[in-house]
Amino acid sequence: MTAVEPAIETSGLVKAFGETRAVDGVDLVVPTGGVYGFLGPNGAGKTTTIRMLATLLQPDAGTARVLGHDLLREPDEIRARMSLTGQYASVDEQLTGAENLVLLGRLLGFAKADAAARGEELLDVFGLTEAAGKQVKDYSGGMRRRLDIAASVVVTPDLLFLDEPTTGLDPRSRNQVWDMIRALVAAGTTVLLTTQYLEEADHLADRVAVIDRGRIVAEGTPGELKRSVGSGTVHVRLADPAQRGDAETVLARVIGGEVHRDADANALSVVSSDLERVGTALVELSRAGIAVSGYRLAEPSLDEVFFALTGHPADVDEKGEEAAA
Amino acid sequence: MSTTTPASDTRAVPQALTTRTRPKRPGPLSTTWTFTWRALLKIKHDPDQLYSSFILPIMFTLVFTYLFGGALAGSTSDYLQFLMPGILVMTVIMINMYTGISLNTDITKGIFDRFRGLSIWRPGILAGALLGDALRYTIALVVVTLLGLLLGFRPEGGVLGVLGAVLFLQLFAFCLGWMWNAAGLVLKSPESVNQLSSMVLFPLVFASNVFVETSTMPGWLQVVVNVNPITHAVTAVRGLTGGTLTAEQFTWALVACGVLLLVFAPLSMYLFRSKSLR
Repeated sequence: MTAVEPAIETSGLVKAFGETRAVDGVDLVVPTGGVYGFLGPNGAGKTTTIRMLATLLQPDAGTARVLGHDLLREPDEIRARMSLTGQYASVDEQLTGAENLVLLGRLLGFAKADAAARGEELLDVFGLTEAAGKQVKDYSGGMRRRLDIAASVVVTPDLLFLDEPTTGLDPRSRNQVWDMIRALVAAGTTVLLTTQYLEEADHLADRVAVIDRGRIVAEGTPGELKRSVGSGTVHVRLADPAQRGDAETVLARVIGGEVHRDADANALSVVSSDLERVGTALVELSRAGIAVSGYRLAEPSLDEVFFALTGHPADVDEKGEEAAA
Repeated sequence: MSTTTPASDTRAVPQALTTRTRPKRPGPLSTTWTFTWRALLKIKHDPDQLYSSFILPIMFTLVFTYLFGGALAGSTSDYLQFLMPGILVMTVIMINMYTGISLNTDITKGIFDRFRGLSIWRPGILAGALLGDALRYTIALVVVTLLGLLLGFRPEGGVLGVLGAVLFLQLFAFCLGWMWNAAGLVLKSPESVNQLSSMVLFPLVFASNVFVETSTMPGWLQVVVNVNPITHAVTAVRGLTGGTLTAEQFTWALVACGVLLLVFAPLSMYLFRSKSLR
């Protein structure tokens, strides 16, 4: 086992539930270190894949190595070094926050006093000290999530699976969870994160795999994915709003396509990723005596990427997907 | 930096996260004890479930003794001597089904996945819960026995006989508990476990010798009653508390326990490992 070995390497993973092939031949290489985003709508196969990799579900076909160990032959070696935070908070609602962490600490082999000390430490950094003695059923969604992640890092894992860690959280709690993920990665943990929020993948992930209907449809850095789709947007800002009509004519002639008049009377935008034409257009504007006070090239959003890759928007629910299929 | 609660200072997080000291994997006993501790905490936090498990046995004691007792045994006092051992068995059985309900709750709520994702001795999850239940039985048996004594129950077997009955009931409940573990692993929700257990328990309790002597029943029903493990448990408890237990009765009671254990413990463990688990 060397340092460069990927954290996860799968080949042809398949899992079927009855007639439905929830995961239909997934090949994945997740490098060690950083955040790997697993992006897809509900029912795309994200959770099923993650449950197989976390040794909770046996694949019907395919092979996988996780942290250098064979998934089928050495699941216990994998379990000893990874943690999973599932989609639904996997903590005991009847117990208090502190008791939950002591429970996990004891199961990991800490003596009672050490487990209690570790629990207090984690409650502190996860901002749960005040709620330590409260039963988890009285926690808010954000508190539950934080406790859930704390429970996953009682012994810092080398690999952490986070299944939709921010689904259902308010923006403030979501940002807290993001901060914790970044801190974990800084401490050397590899994080595999599933999400249906493109924004989340964009913010956190070093690499992203897009999964749709049980198959990986694209893989790369968020930047690469956006570039592969191509269509960025050029935003042009004019010094004089009176010249907007003339500028529109020039842009339409040189770049082509539909020129959009933004709400700002000085601004125009047009979809293009052809840098040469954009350059020419700027020169043409200058020749026509139209003063440009600024311009900006914006990459396509991951929403656009998802649509381009799968032919349907990212936010379809399971029913919609079945209806479409 | 939109998160500004002082307690969630993320700069402190990396320090807490760099401690990668992984203690030695705990052994089977330690793991089982940890899960027992968890079960005890649940009794501490939510004692209502324990209280509610007293109600039915107490109601049955009062109704059967004072309403039917005179007709069934000539006098309410004589009937109480007959009924109480049966009620003790019923008390344990009524609590017993919670084993399956709480296991099913663990599975549906997701904490079961966390346990399964740990490198631990897995049977400890079930064994610890069953041991925690043992405390519930003890508490409930003490309460119901005290009520019996108050009403005039006078076990001929004395203190030793009653203690023997309590010990036997622990064994019986442990063995029967695997049936509910199996149900908890198969069924979809805690509610369906509850429904199934009510559907199974009431016929089993009535088609036994809890309330009346088997010899008073028609022959075909006696056949059913005699294969019911509850009947053998009641006979043993009646024998222990009455000081009249024969070796044959005790052997049959142990056989009933053994059959339950041999059928349902391996079945539970199989279901537990089964890949078809959600």
